[in-house]
Amino acid sequence: MVLAGVGVVLLAILVFLAFDGPQKFFTLFAAGIALGAVYALVCLGFVVIYRATGIVNFAQVGMVVFGAFVTYNAVYTWGWNFWLSMLFSAAVLAVIGIGFERFALRRMTGKPIFSIILLTIGLYLLLQSLIGAIWTNAKDTIPNPWIGKTVSLGSVNILQVDVVTMVLGAAVLASFFALFRYTKVGLGMRATAIDQEAALAQGISVPGIVALSWAIAGAVAVIAGTMLGSGATPKVGLGLGISAVALQALPAMVIGGLDSPIGAVIGGLVIGVAYEMAVGYQTQYIPSLGTSGFADVLPYLLMVLVLLIRPSGLFGTRDVQRV
Amino acid sequence: MTRGVESPILVVSDVEAVYADVILALRGVSLEVREGEVVALLGGNGAGKTTLLRAVSGLLRVHGGQIRRGSVTFVGQDALKLGPVKTVQAGMAQVMEGRRIFAELTVDENLRSGAFTRHDKQAVAADYERVLALFPRLAERRRSAAGYLSGGEQQMVAIGRALMAAPKLLLLDEPSLGLAPRVVEQIRDIIVTINGTGTSVLLVEQNATMALSISQRGYVLENGSMVKTGSGAELLADSDIQEFYLGAGETGRASFRGLKDRYRAARSASAS
Repeated sequence: MVLAGVGVVLLAILVFLAFDGPQKFFTLFAAGIALGAVYALVCLGFVVIYRATGIVNFAQVGMVVFGAFVTYNAVYTWGWNFWLSMLFSAAVLAVIGIGFERFALRRMTGKPIFSIILLTIGLYLLLQSLIGAIWTNAKDTIPNPWIGKTVSLGSVNILQVDVVTMVLGAAVLASFFALFRYTKVGLGMRATAIDQEAALAQGISVPGIVALSWAIAGAVAVIAGTMLGSGATPKVGLGLGISAVALQALPAMVIGGLDSPIGAVIGGLVIGVAYEMAVGYQTQYIPSLGTSGFADVLPYLLMVLVLLIRPSGLFGTRDVQRV
Repeated sequence: MTRGVESPILVVSDVEAVYADVILALRGVSLEVREGEVVALLGGNGAGKTTLLRAVSGLLRVHGGQIRRGSVTFVGQDALKLGPVKTVQAGMAQVMEGRRIFAELTVDENLRSGAFTRHDKQAVAADYERVLALFPRLAERRRSAAGYLSGGEQQMVAIGRALMAAPKLLLLDEPSLGLAPRVVEQIRDIIVTINGTGTSVLLVEQNATMALSISQRGYVLENGSMVKTGSGAELLADSDIQEFYLGAGETGRASFRGLKDRYRAARSASAS
């Protein structure tokens, strides 16, 4: 009920803004959805690991940045086709993900969750330093077919690279849904997420499921990283700025509910749109807060709001219990 | 019943199991299940029944446990080296204590998860129909989240899920736990039906009357050691069993501690 109320208020604000100045609104809205698609992709990586292992994996942030640079390397240094490069990068990061699990995290089984999360932060920093060591003179964008091009919808201009990001985000989400709902491996992943020992007792290879989850997380990270590195909104380009964006996806994950792929997408879109709206309208409607910066806080405000009303997030698993 | 000629499907021999390297949970336990048999494993809380099942099914390591001595042979293979996945593939399915169904998944998905290791789609589909025929109630509730079912129905999901692995041996850990007497009767009848199709059953129970009434043989585990074994009928007639598990002893209210003391005395006598 309260949640619905909050939703109605937020929607009313959006409608008001839309009528107030349609062109500005829809430009911001499109950018928000594009940013949301990036957040959603990053979140899906978080979620898939969280479901399999119950940890929030900060190495995901590092994998997003590293994936961007591996794609860059293939496109720019080796002159490969953009899509082929991204595929190659996805494969590399899948292997890195499996390696992290096999050689670092598996040893931590049964250790306090706090230590495990710290280890993932360590892995993130490791990737970040590797980037600094390997790519000392990288360009500021991954060369791609859409640089500087826009599509026009009426009077609203949208970056082509943003359109590609949205399409990829939708495709990845659809594949996730199909994987979880309709395949045997997906059933094994869901069973493992609920009760690892019971899954083992059915003959489901839990270590195999965990490794697969890391591979998927690595591959999804590459898509997010590559699109950010190609100049997708918020236009950070190729650089460590990508990790700042990836970290902003955390409130989106919490809003969606830590273990829900659909929640990750909805949470990502909500945060993306909210962020762009705050950037666009801060000086106009809330000048008392200064000229910029509110956008960086807003995702966390929304997160606190959602958690107050629904502690398990919008789509997070609440215990199924008979009453 | 004289089934002694059947060959053994599961042989547990002199198994010693420890948790966290120090806590001795099984002190040299031996047990045998022959093809087509229902074998009851009785004992009080903490006797080591669940540990024995974990040792057999390969789930001991999940709990920080370890087998220090002895062997477990399942259909001629060294079960201690198989690991949980290959154990299921070899034909052993386990219904864990407390049912442990996947509450957020539907009944249908729970059942299908039981066939995870199998690749023959036709055979799985046939078994699926068989399970639904065995549990008509589950057929009605196929699409609901399993967590919303009643306790008895959840137990049926757990048993049906195990049957989906097409097991040669079914391990049941306290299937009557927390269920109404009438439901316990249903579960008992189902076990008999399952056994009738050729599946061997190792039945861990605190409800000794129910377990012994359908078992060819039984074992009594106390404090990590086997203290009694015999045919189902023998154990049912045994005065100690009657007194301490069936609550119908001569005095009517002897303490459980008394039984343990007596077994301990018997053990030290036989050891010296």
